[in-house]
Parts: sequence; structure tokens; C-alpha cells
Amino acid sequence: MGDPLFADGIDATVVLIVVAKVVVAFTILLVGVILMIWFERKVIADMQNRIGPNRAGKWGLLQTVADGIKLIFKEDIRPDRSDPLVYRLAPYLAAVPPFLVFCVVPIGGVFGGGQDGTVELFGRTTYLQVADPPVGVLFILAMSSIAVYGVMLAGWSSGSKYPLLGSVRASAQMVSYEAALGLSLAAVVLITGALSTHAVVADQSGPASWSLTHVSSWLTSWNVLRTGVVPFVIFCIAATAELNRPPFDLVEAEQELVGGFNTEYSSMRFGMFYLAEFMSTIAMSAVIVTLFLGGPAGPIPFGPGVLWSIFWFTAKVVVLLFTFVWLRATLPRFRYDQLMDLGWKALIPLALGWLLVLAGLRLGRNEWSTFEFVLAAAGGATVLCAAWWAIGAAGRVARANRADQEVDV
Amino acid sequence: MGYFGGFRITLGQMFAKRVTTPYPDIKAPKAERTHGRHVLNRYEDGMEKCIGCELCAGVCPARCIYVRGADNPRDQPVSPGERYGFVYEINYLRCIHCDLCVEACPTEAITESKLFEFSFTNRADAIYTKAELVVDDDGRPQQMPWEDWRPGDDRFTSGWMRATAPSGSADREGEAAWSGELGCGVRAPEPAQPERDGR
Repeated sequence: MGDPLFADGIDATVVLIVVAKVVVAFTILLVGVILMIWFERKVIADMQNRIGPNRAGKWGLLQTVADGIKLIFKEDIRPDRSDPLVYRLAPYLAAVPPFLVFCVVPIGGVFGGGQDGTVELFGRTTYLQVADPPVGVLFILAMSSIAVYGVMLAGWSSGSKYPLLGSVRASAQMVSYEAALGLSLAAVVLITGALSTHAVVADQSGPASWSLTHVSSWLTSWNVLRTGVVPFVIFCIAATAELNRPPFDLVEAEQELVGGFNTEYSSMRFGMFYLAEFMSTIAMSAVIVTLFLGGPAGPIPFGPGVLWSIFWFTAKVVVLLFTFVWLRATLPRFRYDQLMDLGWKALIPLALGWLLVLAGLRLGRNEWSTFEFVLAAAGGATVLCAAWWAIGAAGRVARANRADQEVDV
Repeated sequence: MGYFGGFRITLGQMFAKRVTTPYPDIKAPKAERTHGRHVLNRYEDGMEKCIGCELCAGVCPARCIYVRGADNPRDQPVSPGERYGFVYEINYLRCIHCDLCVEACPTEAITESKLFEFSFTNRADAIYTKAELVVDDDGRPQQMPWEDWRPGDDRFTSGWMRATAPSGSADREGEAAWSGELGCGVRAPEPAQPERDGR
């Protein structure tokens, strides 16, 4: 297990390859951000019957570069009442984690049919990902939580009320959706039996080699169907909330909080947050592709498989990014109580229940007889009904208590 | 479908007609009575219409017009009649293009062209004097280097004369009594209001 690059010890070539991979990953992510900002603005303009950026470069492609140059040359302001150290630290806390997440995602490599996704680089065998830690999936969860610190500390250290409100919302929202995110991810880990991202992708490669005659085996080998779609949907919703993207962008609700946690930031420090937001979006899309959509898996009609795998990975990420933009164009922002309701009353119980069902099915298929299976299913259904009734009863009692306490005004 | 109907709408709009135009390259057509940069008109014989009465300056809510009248030189009169606008300045850093000056003018000397895209870069350029405001010998507005004139912008610069009825009488609405104008001559009166409304 682990990257075969390190199997024969570490020498200068290995170090150079790792450095090169880091630089390439960083470049991909930065260029991706530039294109993503342009893509988002263009698509949302299309959906609103506008034209969108069209002045800088062909089709406005250089608009983000122009904005970046402008931001760099603007005056950097730090409010008097802000905390100097934390105020300066926060943008980096927001921008670094998405990059680290992107580092553990395999962006290419042919899996299945006897191949395990390795490529030859400078005479060495390695994976097309910067790092493949044995706890990759946990690492992703940890990094997406650390990104919250960037938002929280930025709001707190600004010494201003609206950023503070924004960061308080952020912490509550993150805590709420982190649970659903982790539980739906646990379903993937349960099916795969490994935490390494490389293993997750290899596990989805399916038994047969990739060809046009194996359509059904492609799709059924992807985790989105193997885990029964529900974890995928929950993960996507929770990821949108983690990214603070619409309709979950209460953290930076312009109409209520001026700009949210980044109100007091200016110049490139603000640019870092802007960058971080889109880096997170791309990294999270890459994670969704890796965990649920087979990573770089896809048909290889001709030519070198590695290029095709990178193409399929990119295509899947772009589809997800488009979906994020589509959500933004379509859905109005959640109210705060709706946000909490969805997180705590719908997503978390559903994710937890689905995880239990998956675990039960797995156990039942491997170790139980049919009778035991039916017995367990009946028992499960009974418990589910009881729990449903209990939740309903609790809700009724709570409502009744509230009604008693209500004061006429 | 109800829940996902919104997604279908936004996706459908991607292929719908754009309501905006790529502005600096293609401009939306300007309305006939667009309020733009002023011109000082002249009669067909080349005389200036302005008589230096300062009514425009008096009515200006932004106080952006500065006028000083003077007696016409006997041997070389600038305008028909007794007096003419000796100094005429409009500060476009203040002007709000309300057109009240146009309505106040008794001789239809000041009117507005359809030009609103003029990006001057210093205060001196922002203050237009008679040298810039008076129409040229063809009756067309002068075009400054920083002004973005497009074909048609300089035609019928006195397109809109009076919001109120001519001569203050409501019955005569629509019977605009145009005076002779350099480059245009005397124009036919506009059709009456009901006719213009298509009734």
C-alpha cells in the first residue's frame, strides 16, 4: 500500500518528483480557480440573460487575472480594533486547506483490468496524486474543518460586528453539516474498507476493463450506486453547506451582513478569501468525484489511457462545478432556522440511518441466513417506526410547550 | 415537478435571448428625446438664438449654468435683437440633464443632443463654454475628442423642446412651433398627442 514511489527509499529523483507534483497540483488549482471564476460568472450571466464578462481577453477569459492584478495593487487596510496576528493569519488558514485536500485526490491513472493507476515518471513508478496518506478520507474531513477556522478567525479578529455575526453563523453551520458530511462519507468507507483515496478509486474501477460494452458495470461499480445514491445526495448538500456556497451562503449574506466574515478585509487579503472559496469548490468537487463518481474512471476508446483518465476526471469535476453554479442561479438563500432544520432533522438522521442499513445489509449478506436476515429487517423496521413515532411525539410536545409559554404582545 | 421546476427554468434561460447588449461595441438605440449634452442653436442665417436672458441659469436646479448677457455690437450683431449671450458656460460635473433649461429658454436657443458618453479627464474639459456649445456652420454639434459620437447622435439635436404645452396653452399641445434652425430649417410640427399615442 501507499505510493510505490517511496518503495525503494528516497533519493534526489524522488524528492524532485514530489516537488514537481506539488508545483503542478498548485498550478492546476490556481489556473482552475481563474477559469472557475470566469466560468461561474459566464454561466450565471447566461442563466440571467446577461452577457457576463467580455472585455478582458477573448470571451473575457482574462477577467479574473485583471481582477487579481487590481486587488494586489489596492491599499491593504487593517482595522484599529482588529487582532493583528490572527487577522493576518486567517486568509492563509482559509486558502491552504483546499490545496491540501486537492493534494490527496488522484487526478488520473488507469484503474482496473490489472492496472492500479500508476504511471511512469522519470523512470519511477508513481501515482498521479501528490500524496496518498493511508488516512486520506479522514484527512479530507480534517482539512475541510480547518478551513472553517479561516472563516471564524477572520470574523472574530476583525473587531467588527457584522464579520463576527458571519463567523458565528459559519461555526454553527459547519458544525451542523460536518456531521452529515462525515456520516455519508462513512458509507463510502464502509463499502470500500479503506481510508486511502487511492484505494477508494481503485475499488470503484469495477471488474471488467473499460470498453463501450460494459456500460452497466461502469456505473454499478461507482460508489454513487453502490452506496445507494442517498449518501451521494447528502454529501453533495453537506458539501455545498461546507463551502458556504449558495443556497447555504448565510456566512456572507450580503443583504444582512454587508459582506460577512470578510467585510473588513481588503486588497490581496480579501483576494485570498476569494481564492480560497473557489479553491474549496474545485477541491470539493474533486473529492466528490473521487469518493462517489469513480475518480478518473471512464471509457478509453483509443490512445494512451492516462490522458483519457485525466480527461474523464476533469469532465466530471466540470459537471459538478456547473451544478454548483446552477444551484446558485436557482435557489434562494436558506433562512437560518431552515438551515438548522435541514441539517439536524433531515440530513443527519437520514445519513445515520442509511449508514446503519448499509452496515446491516453488508453483515446480512456475508454472515446471516435468510431467516436471520428477515428477522433483522423486521426488527429494524419496528425500531424505525418506533423512532419515527418518538420523534413525532417529541416534536408535538415541544410545540405544545412553546404554545403554553407564548406571551401575547 | 414543482421542486425542480426552478432548475429547469434557469437551465432554459441559458439558451434564451440576451436582454443586454455588449455595450461599447453595440449600443442600444437611443430614444428620440434622450437627454444628452447641450447645444446652443443658431438661426438659419447663422445668428445665435441665445439672447443672454439667463432664464436657463435661473431655473437650473444644479446651478451648473453661468450666463452673462451683453448688448449686441451694432455693426456686427451676434443675435437678432438687442442682447446676446456674451458668456455661456455649463459645468458638466454638476449638470443632471433635467432639461429644465431647455424648457425655460424663450428662443429655443439651448437644446440637448443625444450624446451622454463624454469622459473628460480634467475639470477644464468638464466646463463647456460657448466655444464648444454653439453649433457649427452646418447646424451640427461640435464633437470634442473625448466625446463618443455615433452616427445619428447629432441629428435633430432639438428633438425635444417642450414638455409642457406650447405657449402655455393645453389645447395647443403637440403643435410645437418650431423656429427656423441652422441645418434643419423649419421643421414640421409634431403630430398631436392622441395621434402620437396611436389613438
